[in-house]
Amino acid sequence: MIWAVLLPFIMAMFIPFVDKWRERIHTGFFVTIIPILIFIYFARFLGTGFEPLTRSYSWIPSLDINMVFHLDGLSLLFVLLISGIGALVAFYSIYYLDKSEQLGHFYVYFLLFMGSMLGVVLSDNVFVLYSFWEFTSLSSFLLIGFWNFKKESRYGALKSMLITVFGGLSLLGALVFMTVLTDTTSIQEMISQKQLILNSEYFPLILALLLLGAFTKSAQFPFHIWLPDAMEAPTPVSAYLHSATMVKAGIYLVARYSPMLSSSDWFFIIVSSVGIVTLCWGSYMAVRQVDLKGILAFSTISQLGMIMAMLGFGTKVAVFAAVFHILNHATFKGSLFMVAGIVDHETGTRDIRKLGGLMTYLPITATLAIFGTFSMAGVPLPFLNGFYSKELFFDASLHLEDIANAGFIGVLKTALPYLAVFGSIFTFVYSMYFFFGTFRGKANLSELPKKPHEAPVGMLVSPIILVLGVILIGLFPGMVNEPFIAHAASAVKGLAVSKEVYFWHGFLYPPLIMSITVLVFGTVLYLSRKQWAPVYRAIPGVLSMNKVYDGLVDRLETYSSRVTKAYMNGSIGRYVRLVLAAILIVTFAFMALTGGFTVDLSNVAPLSLPEIFVAITMVIAAVSTILTNNRITAILILGVVGYGLSMLFVLFRAPDLALTQLIVETVTVALFLLVFYHLPKLRKKEEAASTRFLNLVISIGFGAMMTMVAISAHSSKFFESISSYFLENSYKLGGGDNVVNVILVDFRGLDTLFEIVVLGIAAMAIYGLIKLPGKKEDQ
Amino acid sequence: MEEMLNVTQSLVEYTTLICITGVSISLIILLYRAIKGPSNPDRAVALDIIGINLMALAGLIAILLVTTKFNDVILLIGILLFIGTVALAKFLEKGVIIERDMD
Repeated sequence: MIWAVLLPFIMAMFIPFVDKWRERIHTGFFVTIIPILIFIYFARFLGTGFEPLTRSYSWIPSLDINMVFHLDGLSLLFVLLISGIGALVAFYSIYYLDKSEQLGHFYVYFLLFMGSMLGVVLSDNVFVLYSFWEFTSLSSFLLIGFWNFKKESRYGALKSMLITVFGGLSLLGALVFMTVLTDTTSIQEMISQKQLILNSEYFPLILALLLLGAFTKSAQFPFHIWLPDAMEAPTPVSAYLHSATMVKAGIYLVARYSPMLSSSDWFFIIVSSVGIVTLCWGSYMAVRQVDLKGILAFSTISQLGMIMAMLGFGTKVAVFAAVFHILNHATFKGSLFMVAGIVDHETGTRDIRKLGGLMTYLPITATLAIFGTFSMAGVPLPFLNGFYSKELFFDASLHLEDIANAGFIGVLKTALPYLAVFGSIFTFVYSMYFFFGTFRGKANLSELPKKPHEAPVGMLVSPIILVLGVILIGLFPGMVNEPFIAHAASAVKGLAVSKEVYFWHGFLYPPLIMSITVLVFGTVLYLSRKQWAPVYRAIPGVLSMNKVYDGLVDRLETYSSRVTKAYMNGSIGRYVRLVLAAILIVTFAFMALTGGFTVDLSNVAPLSLPEIFVAITMVIAAVSTILTNNRITAILILGVVGYGLSMLFVLFRAPDLALTQLIVETVTVALFLLVFYHLPKLRKKEEAASTRFLNLVISIGFGAMMTMVAISAHSSKFFESISSYFLENSYKLGGGDNVVNVILVDFRGLDTLFEIVVLGIAAMAIYGLIKLPGKKEDQ
Repeated sequence: MEEMLNVTQSLVEYTTLICITGVSISLIILLYRAIKGPSNPDRAVALDIIGINLMALAGLIAILLVTTKFNDVILLIGILLFIGTVALAKFLEKGVIIERDMD
């Protein structure tokens, strides 16, 4: 099984080599083979006697992260969709994409996507699942931005990337939570320990994070906004990613975890209400679109909402209807995208306002479209699979006996059938609009960029196969029911689910009445479309989630640059202030918390008169250095401080230090004088009074802090110093009377070595700064 | 004899302390000159004399501490003061300390 997942990745490596022969043979032919092989491999598992099977391959056993692939009914449904529609889309793209396009890039991205999608639906290990999940986001980003010379493509790609990766990360959070709680990385084992997770205090968080991941990926309200913008991708990509596979990854995730989560009431509330809102909003907004792919994008959103709502219901009928509709939606939506691509390819535009009357020019395409749209609308005809799933949906929305009646849930339960009908009416309207707007009415060929004619046969093959699927499932729903859908539904529900699908239940069957209501109201609304179009100016009017997204991205950039500029203003004064204040706060807080400030006067030496004098001199000099505003004065007075310090060394019996200090002080003063000529005039900086006050507070505070630290350090000696050892052994071991020098060159010679190195580096740096020529603009 | 020695010792000690006090007072007065100015040559001269006073102070302290280790310090102060004062004077005169060779 691992080869089925890895095959697309391996083939993606060879695409650049195969791509060299593109003049003779279109790269797409090589790509088409792979999904066909995978499809054949997985199709062998079909049948009533299917049993789930697991294959495990080591990856990182020490972290319990292994390539564990679990094939049950749900995964089988998805892998067949991915490989089957993948093959059709790859074949379609051979005729859709010209040889002048960057075919190599396209097919590499395409194969990466296919492989990672297979990985998502087959993985049993949560971290492998997450890796493939992000891989789908990444490859989808690349595919949406395929025509990266277009600004809209780049915008759409970035938007989908940000939203899906946001969801992906929250999914990772949920997965980590569950892994920690259950101590396993396997999804199946997590589900078998579901009580542990359901009773945990983190359950609301897990549910929220998991659903956030699923909703962003599956374009649920309000995260649906990336999907319409992803329509900038080439049409095969839209058909594959944004109708059949990637947008169903979120659905897959919810379905995969629903044996665990569906026992919670919150799961029902959140998933079904978000699903139903998405259904209504998507279908309502689809009517407003003028771009064929725009209609299909909002239609996809709405249909995904419907599937999500059914998963939320969680009853047997609903789960069966959900997996059934996953299959049905993939067939008719895939074919409709391909139809839109053909119309675009043959007329040069996708704008429905310019199109019309194409039936006579594109008869086959129109025939395909009629099946696709009518199936999407759920028109009660016995050869359309969309009708069955729609009827099952109505049925499910009416039968929610398992759910309690109390409070909000009760309200939601009552509202659901009405909302379902409401959303379906608009589904009907945009489906009719899609078909009749494109293929019926008056043809105005003058406005079309190209003269329309029927598409090449190769381009029609894939949609024909998909529409055949629509019709065959419509005619013989039992054919896919037992061997296929029932297994998937059982995997979602966790127990055996099978449901016979009939076309006819009698006149008084409530879902049929709802379907007919949809039909009647939909027809009326479609015919009076022009009259109520102004409604869109009131709802949504100027409200749009896109504005929220754009505003959010904009604000984020503005505010973060504002925050950065607020403290990174390039002034060293401010940085030093921040550093000192931070040290001050941390040290004082630490001292206050631990009671670290101690005063112990038992070990204090008496003060002598000269020491006091020198100290007073130094204090006076230091203070007047601050107050002066003449640089040379400051240097000279600083010299006084330095000499005072050397005098202190004398007083404290440190002749070597005093010598060094004297020389260094003199050299420093001389250096100051050397560069003095090049220095700007020392001026009083114009600073706000508050800043100067702050400076005062910080410097006094810092001085006080250092004093306190010094006093505390002196007052708390925990053990004897090792200086006695040096005094005793200086002559014995080092052969010198001068203890300081013996320490410097003998006991601790390594420090001296590196201080010499420091001086050498400084000297070389100064030489380099002076001698090496700078850049032109500096001179 | 011992008494004599003790008296001399305390005499030396007191003299040294008095001298230290004198030098210190002179230091503080010089500090006033160094800070107040009014011109930079005034400060330079003040700094020079501060240095000489420091030599004196170091010598006095060496007497007080009964050590010969500070003799180096005294000599060093002398040399550095000279160098420093010359450098300062040259700076005040010409604006530079080390002149470049003639081009």
